Amino acid sequence: MRFGFMLSEVTEGLRRNLAMVVSIILVTFISLTFVGTASLLQMQIGQMKNYWYDRAQVAIYLCTDVSPEATCPRGEAAEDVKLQVQERLDSPTLVPFIEKYYFEDHDQAFANFQEQFAGNAVAQYVKPEQLNETFWVNLYDPNQSPILTESFAGLAGVEEVKDQRSYLDQIFLILNIASLAAVSIAALMLVSSALLISTTIRLSAFSRRRELGIMRLVGASNFSIQLPFILEGVVAALIGSVLAGVTVLALIEFFVQGFLAESLPFTSFVGLSDGMLVVPLLIAVGIVLAAAASGLAIRRYLKI
Amino acid sequence: MISIQNVTKKYKGTPRPALDQVSLEIEKGDFVFLVGASGSGKSSLMRLMLREDVPSSGSVHVLGENLVGLPARKVPFFRRRLGVVFQDFRLLPNKTVSQNVAFSLQVIGKSEGFIQEAVPDVLRLVGLGEKGDRLPSELSGGEQQRVALARAIVNKPAILLADEPTGNLDPTTSEGIMSLLNTINLGGTTVVMATHERGIVDQMKKRVVELSHGQIVRDQVAGGYGVRD
Ligand SMILES: Nc1ncnc2c1ncn2[C@@H]1O[C@H](COP(=O)(O)OP(=O)(O)OP(=O)(O)O)[C@@H](O)[C@H]1O
Ligand SMILES: [Mg+2]
Repeated sequence: MRFGFMLSEVTEGLRRNLAMVVSIILVTFISLTFVGTASLLQMQIGQMKNYWYDRAQVAIYLCTDVSPEATCPRGEAAEDVKLQVQERLDSPTLVPFIEKYYFEDHDQAFANFQEQFAGNAVAQYVKPEQLNETFWVNLYDPNQSPILTESFAGLAGVEEVKDQRSYLDQIFLILNIASLAAVSIAALMLVSSALLISTTIRLSAFSRRRELGIMRLVGASNFSIQLPFILEGVVAALIGSVLAGVTVLALIEFFVQGFLAESLPFTSFVGLSDGMLVVPLLIAVGIVLAAAASGLAIRRYLKI
Repeated sequence: MISIQNVTKKYKGTPRPALDQVSLEIEKGDFVFLVGASGSGKSSLMRLMLREDVPSSGSVHVLGENLVGLPARKVPFFRRRLGVVFQDFRLLPNKTVSQNVAFSLQVIGKSEGFIQEAVPDVLRLVGLGEKGDRLPSELSGGEQQRVALARAIVNKPAILLADEPTGNLDPTTSEGIMSLLNTINLGGTTVVMATHERGIVDQMKKRVVELSHGQIVRDQVAGGYGVRD
């Protein structure tokens, strides 16, 4: 079949089923926007993970007078405990793992606490000596925190060794569940758009069954019978996926970068360059989905 | 040209076969009438020749192709070498006469140049040279069947299958169609035509193959319609 003729057949089909074509455009647009948003969310989580995991420290909390009896029977850690901890951190066994560490005394802890909870009632009641003195340790490889836990957990005067990543893990667990839910919804929407595309193409084929019958009679090849319908679905889905791509980019530009990044200045957010990775993905998914759905839908009209 | 051997065709859900051990040879340039009562199996036989269906048993050879073993992807190319017309014309109502004929060439990938030459030629041949821009709805039944014939022969097929082509036409108009079919046949195209019309068959004095209950009961050179109906 000649290209010009085929193009006119496709245009004719699109025009004849305008309402259904619009519905394909809309449903691919919405579902792919969802897919795009879900992938951005994944990227955002990945980025935050990198950012925060890199900054996550291991805290060696020393005993205070208000620490529980069980772990700190002797109350406030004495000066020699600090020396002992410091010695161990400087020992040849631990030095290779530690990037740096610093000590935070009661007053510094108090200052940080006041800053963190400024305006909160708890800031007024807490006293410096109730806050742990802490050795903050940055490891070269944050995964190796168990080494520190093992070497300090039993030491008298140390209340607890805590890897900050355990807090992060909880946050990321929640975020991951949210993004998984988004991905599942996106997948469902993709399924429904595939079904809609195949229904539409089937209707389009039905409205042209006379032509199809004649085409088969005069010996048009299966390929040339199929192609206009597949192209019809693909063109509609392509428009939908381009719209979805534009929406995703607009979302990044105006909502993420324009609003979120302004209101949360210390977090790194996905940017347009990440969006540029997502857009081709959306377009590819749109095209493949439409081609497969309409190809399957037209199949039964090819039976001889 | 067409060779049918011991063909039996049973449709699902029917106890009696539509065709029962049918054997038939048709040579190049033949003009053959298929006659017989309604339901005797004429259309079934033609559908086998067109590879719209395959027999339950037996073999069908058309234009050198073994249609029983022909893979589905080769069927379109086989059909390009045949022309077909039906009682109900099967024209596209929203395309003009010229466009209807051109469509059948476009979908098999003929060039625009070829189409622009072939379509007016074939329309002149069927006597519709002046009516290329009309829509089918603006034509009489006989004229519509001429368009269908033009479409069937524009690609110069070796065989023309016509299933009751005059079934919807009055006797005078039918005569015109028959003389056109005769012209096509004289041009070297093998014509196989199923019909119910006694007058036509008796007048044409061509080979007659009569079917009854799916069996060939008569194969007569220069025959008439026969006594049974
Ligand atoms: N697709 C089908 N499925 C089941 N039975 C069929 C089918 N097509 C035809 N038949 C049966 O096969 C027999 C032969 O039908 P066929 O159409 O070949 O007859 P015909 O000679 O063309 O009749 P007519 O003169 O009415 O066109 C009939 O009994 C018919 O009911
Ligand atoms: Mg019939």
